[in-house]
Amino acid sequence: MNNKKEPLLRIAKRDLLPWYNAYGIRLAAVLVSLVVSGLFIFAVTKLNPVAVYEAIFDGAFGSPRRSWVTVRDTMMLLCIGIGLAPAFKMKFWNIGAEGQVLVGGIVTAGLMRALGSSLPTPVLLALMAVVSLLAGALWGIIPATFKAVWNTNETLFTLMMNYVAIQLTSYCVALWENPFGSNTVGIINQKTKAGWFPRVFGLDYGLNILLVLVLAVGMFIYLKYSKQGYEISVVGDSERTARYAGINVKKVTIRTMAISGAICGMAGFIAVAGSSHTISTSTAGGRGFTAIIVAWLAQFNTFVMILISLLLVFLQKGAIQIASQFNLNDYASQIITGIILFFILGSEFFINYRVILRGRKEAAK
Amino acid sequence: MISGAQLIQLFQSAVFFGTVIMFGAIGEILTEKSGNLNLGVPGIMYLGGIAGLAASFFYEFNNPDPSPIICLILSFAAAFLASALGGLLYSFLTITLRANQNVTGLTLTIFGSGIANFFGGSLNTMAGGVGQISVATTSGVYRANIYNNVPGLGTAGSLLLSYGFMVYLAIVVAVLMAWFLNRTRTGLNLRAVGENPATADAAGINVTRYKYAATCIGAGISGMGGLYYTMDYIKGTWANDGTIEALGWLAVALVIFATWKSLNAIWGSYLFGLLSWMYFYVPGLTRSSQELFKMLPYLVTILVLIAISLRKKRENQPPASLGLPYFREER
Amino acid sequence: MEHTCAIQLKNITKRFGKVVANDSVDLTINRGEILSLLGENGSGKTTLMNMLAGIYFPDEGEILVNGMPVTIASPKDAFANGIGMIHQHFKLVDVFTAAENIVLGLEEEGKLDLKAAAAKITEICKRYGFSIDPNKKVYDMSVSEKQTVEIVKVLYRGADILILDEPTAVLTPQETDRLFDVMRNMKADGKAMVIITHKLHEVMDVSDRVAVLRKGKYIGDVATSKTNPQALTDMMVGHAVTLNINRPEPEDPTLRLTVENLTVYDAMGVKRLDNVSFTAMGGEILGIAGIAGSGQKELLEAIAGLQSISDGASIQYRAIGCPDGNPGVQLVGKTPLQIKQAGVSLAFVPEDRLGMGLVGTMGMTGNMLLRSYRKGHSVFTDRKAPRKLAEDVMERLDVVTPNVAFPVRRLSGGNVQKVLVGREIAQEPSVLMTAYAVRGLDINTSYTIYNLLTEQKMQGVAVVYVGEDLDVLLELCDRILVLCGGQVSGIVDARTTTKEEVGLLMTRFKKEGSKDE
Repeated sequence: MNNKKEPLLRIAKRDLLPWYNAYGIRLAAVLVSLVVSGLFIFAVTKLNPVAVYEAIFDGAFGSPRRSWVTVRDTMMLLCIGIGLAPAFKMKFWNIGAEGQVLVGGIVTAGLMRALGSSLPTPVLLALMAVVSLLAGALWGIIPATFKAVWNTNETLFTLMMNYVAIQLTSYCVALWENPFGSNTVGIINQKTKAGWFPRVFGLDYGLNILLVLVLAVGMFIYLKYSKQGYEISVVGDSERTARYAGINVKKVTIRTMAISGAICGMAGFIAVAGSSHTISTSTAGGRGFTAIIVAWLAQFNTFVMILISLLLVFLQKGAIQIASQFNLNDYASQIITGIILFFILGSEFFINYRVILRGRKEAAK
Repeated sequence: MISGAQLIQLFQSAVFFGTVIMFGAIGEILTEKSGNLNLGVPGIMYLGGIAGLAASFFYEFNNPDPSPIICLILSFAAAFLASALGGLLYSFLTITLRANQNVTGLTLTIFGSGIANFFGGSLNTMAGGVGQISVATTSGVYRANIYNNVPGLGTAGSLLLSYGFMVYLAIVVAVLMAWFLNRTRTGLNLRAVGENPATADAAGINVTRYKYAATCIGAGISGMGGLYYTMDYIKGTWANDGTIEALGWLAVALVIFATWKSLNAIWGSYLFGLLSWMYFYVPGLTRSSQELFKMLPYLVTILVLIAISLRKKRENQPPASLGLPYFREER
Repeated sequence: MEHTCAIQLKNITKRFGKVVANDSVDLTINRGEILSLLGENGSGKTTLMNMLAGIYFPDEGEILVNGMPVTIASPKDAFANGIGMIHQHFKLVDVFTAAENIVLGLEEEGKLDLKAAAAKITEICKRYGFSIDPNKKVYDMSVSEKQTVEIVKVLYRGADILILDEPTAVLTPQETDRLFDVMRNMKADGKAMVIITHKLHEVMDVSDRVAVLRKGKYIGDVATSKTNPQALTDMMVGHAVTLNINRPEPEDPTLRLTVENLTVYDAMGVKRLDNVSFTAMGGEILGIAGIAGSGQKELLEAIAGLQSISDGASIQYRAIGCPDGNPGVQLVGKTPLQIKQAGVSLAFVPEDRLGMGLVGTMGMTGNMLLRSYRKGHSVFTDRKAPRKLAEDVMERLDVVTPNVAFPVRRLSGGNVQKVLVGREIAQEPSVLMTAYAVRGLDINTSYTIYNLLTEQKMQGVAVVYVGEDLDVLLELCDRILVLCGGQVSGIVDARTTTKEEVGLLMTRFKKEGSKDE
């Protein structure tokens, strides 16, 4: 027993990999996951793998309408991811995006119903934007304050806040039910389109795209070049270093979560005023959770997030298409999303570590 | 006022409801005691639910005269295995491949809910439509109770003996879990892994093996919540309505509420059940204010979370290395 | 007593990335003998012993226990071979009792019986002469009690080869004596023992044989009775320690810092500093000596605004060029930011370089920014000036890094310290505080740091140097303040005092730093 050889596999930390190698590994992971997803679809549909991907492409971009929906949903996911980026960069586990989106959506829907006939749409839109920002910020500030002052576990706190928001949404849906007995709010201001996003550049979702892309660029600059962004990086690296440098960690924690929550609240505003024109518990639809993964995988780089969001939405739309072609249900898309995310998560290991086989000397680098 | 009959009904609903999340929470307590914060509990409960249902469905579908014992074993084993596999996937990614625990857990929830609802939908289609799945024999086994079969047990009997065996199993598992964690060598070692893995490692405990085992078995137990939900709570059918996910998050909440002690999870789960169903019996509530009432379990959990961070009592804190990765040679 | 060989290490090599921590080391450990493993910080002592304890796995070489080659891939393997190591950082579970910690990980038959374990623990204690309460929770224990639990833990497992990693660093002299008595009892019991240390008087006091490591290489061994501290020091550093640190006479010393009645309690309510008063003068280096944990960290942090200070204290700061009669700035009650905004130019090189002084994931430029990012009214940071500064520091202090954007966490210890010191000096401070500024650095880098500090002193800066090596303190500083248990036990002239005098002051008061109940 004591004479056994050295362990078969050993793991050693890598020196910094050049970025192109790192992205090469991630790309490989995505490709492998696509093959595995293809096999899964093949197993349930017996469709040949090439046809599978044709069908997926068809589902996402097969018609102008589908393309727009794909773009719209990508923007939605991206927007939440952008909101989460500063929190995660600070190593604050904001699992509460789902709730922050919903409260933003609730106030938007509420204002749309209440003031749709009394305010001109541009004023109403501005008001809804501001109030949804505030509502999302509030939902972020509450757990952040407890974290900052009493070190209350933020992962679990923000998680619970999601369900408070979901029940709040159910409450409002029951309150604003229309028509009676439908258990939905219905399309708000369907005739007047008051408080709806106008068409911009002649595009259906032009304003959605514009807002989210501005946010993406703004957040990138904020995190990378602003003084507050610098403070976030320092706090995320080491709170003690931050205190040493005179950074008020409590203030930065609360401020950053206010920003994070506000942008998620804004996503709720975009979802309601710019896309569904109604509110339900599925307004966020789990995107608050998916966006966590988007933000994490992109390592807070908002431009990388665009690619990841697009990839995920593309596959979801494709899976929905396949599901309807083969009389399966939409949940296939969640399975495929899961498979891809598992592979990308696993691939990070090969970026950060090397595996050394028994008997092989560590190559001197 | 609430009548006596209503009170009994409320109590029974609370027990049904509580049993689902008790399984989820006890499994997660075991997992978290090893330092793994598995946010994949809802996904795991989904996996347990669909696997148990699918196994008994195919058995009953192909056998005109299904044996209750085989129904029970098949569904039970399938549910446990599928859930434990979910735990294994999580373990492989977080322990061996060192992926982030929160992100992996959330992905597992997405994946598990996808698998369950996808195949649940397919089963519905096979059975000829939503609500047409019939696993009467299996569901019968899960729902068999003493109260219905022995006359004259009265109110106490209906309060205590009117449930399927899983309700009692949950309590037994909770008690066994407390005994295991506090009174056995393996339990002591496991708690050390979650508190301070470097210490456990130095004491000769195989941290990786403990984490894997606790996470996989914990997932298996959590999955029983899903099985109980499909077999007893909704009487052996499938609905793509997201209820399991909501219950799964409540199970995560219950772990906090119970301050990581499985005995607290017993009464905690029934209390959550009570809070979740109370709206039904409180007079004068409108449909909308009922929804506000359902917020209570989450609000109570938030209060508990705040209270334990304020009081800082050492015995009530989460395992000290919860959510943190452990690599021996990291430096 | 017959010395039978317990362990032989042959050609052990261990690398961490590009750093060679142990370079084909040979070592023999005997039964019935206390072996001192001597070496400077960073000489690879702990790494070598960690390979016996199963914490690290050697890249090359062979380990023989009782003459048989063995593989120690895990701590479990180490226990199986009778090897037990008491680490410098205690490996105990805080919420467990002593007994629970001691039986942790054991694979005994039968159910967990903590009562039986407690009885066995009491018996071990009696045999070797120490005492612990098996049912006390670790979070209620003093440092010395925790160490006792660690030792009982390995004895309980039947270890007959014990490795103690700098066990006295955290102990009072009395506790150290008690520990050495226990070690002698164990030696008499035929156990093999290794004590890792860099304190020469302890080596002479307790060990039978000394093995010396230097920069990861095995230098040799010698019987304690046939050597003396001077010869050991020669082995340890390679040449006789006449440090020859350049120490010019202070020019025109002026008051920079006046500390009065400084008392600090930590978060757990333990008194860390007790009514400390002293002055620091521009143009001189004030050394701070004391055994580890005597309040050095709290003292510097209190001045930097990072500790909450009890009422009645005063810390008066006067900048270079502050006119006579001007009382300067009161630092008590100010946050680090308020101190900075009050125009105070205070540089601080903390002990935990990457955890407190630097941002590990950022490059040199990002770290230069830490002190200056608030400059200007723009919402954006100015990157040009810090980049220039980073390049200056890199050139002037010979920082070895691929570029100024390379994460500092991946630099070697010496280069990390150069980045930190370079940035702090670039602030043109009036007061410069350093904590263990040369810990883990090679001789050359250490001298670079000494010269930088002396250069600052000659520019009129009040330099506060917290150190652990008395030889350095005696040759570098002008005055030495000695802390003991959070109190000032003396302030001496470094030119006239002796090592013995400072050593005595370091142990004058009973230590109160740890929580005794």
